[in-house]
Amino acid sequence: MDWLGPEEWTAVRLSLRVALWATLLSLPLGVFTAYVLSRWRFPGKQILNGLVHLPLILPPVVTGYILLMTLGTNAPLGAALAEIGIVFAFRWQGAALAAGIMAFPLMVRAIRLSIDAVDPGLEQAAATLGASRLWVFLTVTLPLILPGILAGAVLAFAKAMGEFGATITFVSNIPGQTQTLPSAVYAFLQVPGGENAALRLVLVSVFIAMSALLLSEALARRASARLGAT
Amino acid sequence: MTLSVAVQHDTGAFHLDARFEAPAGVTVLFGRSGSGKTSVINALAGLIQPKSGRIAVQDRVVFDSARGIDLPPHRRRLGYIFQDARLFPHLSVRQNLDYGRWFARKGRQSDDATRVIDFLGIGALLERKPATLSGGEKQRVAIGRALLSGPDLLLADEPLASLDEPRKAEILPYFERLRDELSVPILYVSHNPAEVARLATTVVVLQDGRVMRHGPAADLLGDPLFVPTSIRAVGAVLSATVRRHHDDGLTELDVGGAAMFLPRVAQPVGQALRIRVPGQDVILSRARPEGLSALNILPGRVTGIRTGDGPGAVIALDTVAGTLLARVTRRSAEALDLAEGVACHAIIKSLAIAPEDIGAPGPKA
Repeated sequence: MDWLGPEEWTAVRLSLRVALWATLLSLPLGVFTAYVLSRWRFPGKQILNGLVHLPLILPPVVTGYILLMTLGTNAPLGAALAEIGIVFAFRWQGAALAAGIMAFPLMVRAIRLSIDAVDPGLEQAAATLGASRLWVFLTVTLPLILPGILAGAVLAFAKAMGEFGATITFVSNIPGQTQTLPSAVYAFLQVPGGENAALRLVLVSVFIAMSALLLSEALARRASARLGAT
Repeated sequence: MTLSVAVQHDTGAFHLDARFEAPAGVTVLFGRSGSGKTSVINALAGLIQPKSGRIAVQDRVVFDSARGIDLPPHRRRLGYIFQDARLFPHLSVRQNLDYGRWFARKGRQSDDATRVIDFLGIGALLERKPATLSGGEKQRVAIGRALLSGPDLLLADEPLASLDEPRKAEILPYFERLRDELSVPILYVSHNPAEVARLATTVVVLQDGRVMRHGPAADLLGDPLFVPTSIRAVGAVLSATVRRHHDDGLTELDVGGAAMFLPRVAQPVGQALRIRVPGQDVILSRARPEGLSALNILPGRVTGIRTGDGPGAVIALDTVAGTLLARVTRRSAEALDLAEGVACHAIIKSLAIAPEDIGAPGPKA
């Protein structure tokens, strides 16, 4: 893709890396949270539900600011983590964290819907056949919710690719370090003559989003075909 | 005792307090819907936790509130056959059958799979997915899956209820053979008198969460006081042997020495059967009837009368064939002066006994 300038190309690569890590690392936690919200009953469940959904309803700038206040180099927690070599502020890792948090509610919602659709009777049947709770989850629940997990992962990936507000607030807009695709589009639009570069990046983001969607649809079709006729 | 159950449980306004013990064979938990049958079986399986009580299977305690014992479902070794089969949709029939075996492997090996697959006639289905199976096939696979987990006791919660009549007739004999050939103890939940009559070794009658009657099937089914769900369903069970197949399409049975004619039954001469005679198809007569089309006339003596609130009455009659139950109107019972000890004749139309009323003999009651 030599029609992309090196600066633009860097932004695309960085965005893919940020979105991929954000999705992969939050996926196990997302499945667990969705399972807890779908199947467990405990006091304070609505509070957990609210916390998970908070990034969806808060202005992204607020989420970014909260991250900056807690994990910034001047914040106690951020400083403590920096002592052991973990730094988020103004690094691509911070961009991945912000993107992961912003995408988390969408991921959990998609997975939770698919867990709600699994008949608990099947899990009971597995238990009476000798499967412990963990085995029931691994051999019955997990295979049945795989399409939902894929859908949740793709949704989270797309959201992470497009995350802007929280990212720019938390880790700023440093080319090569934290300048993701949306930040780059924004930056190009701030300088005279940057419209063409911005347009190219817009085309790239549409292409990536559509590819991810088609891929997940194909995977989901294959997964549900396994449940149907042979 | 194979099974010893005492459970107390509250769900909303419903209070369950059921206690019974049962020997080997098929124990039928009988009662109308809402009587607590499913709660009892789910408490046994560990799917609900009773408020208090004690449950022991083959002298192994799986629940005891006093001693704080509450084994999780996967450690109870009870095979559960659900009404709706509950096969795993993402696994093939073979993988479904292997599911319980895989977990049983560590402790002890279960029955050999080939034998169970042959027994249930599901060898041709092994590579198929549950979604492609008929209702009857699904239920056969579910029986196999439960059996192969090597359970101490099979639990069956109305396993025929979601099937149509031909499928019921297909599955019921498998439970008879489980009882007679594989000697697996079974706790069978049902509200169908025909199933009780064909399968039960022991009957436990539940009503409003309590055990109303409890005892050997032969005693309860021939007792006019055993009128659990509706008086319409009354019917005694008799043991018979096939004596001869006649050319005119009838089969002659030997029932306690007396001859009884039924439409041709499939079983060969000499085969033992048990037949259920529906109470509403038995007519009573004080004098020996003459010039009647009915082929089966059994002399006997009244041993019990039960009248309810309605116009009907149930008369128990002791005959050479065993105890018969007849359902007549109260008016007829008075007109005939029926009372305990009175001699009378029972008249049974051959065609009244449907194929579903004829089954394998079962253990000696």
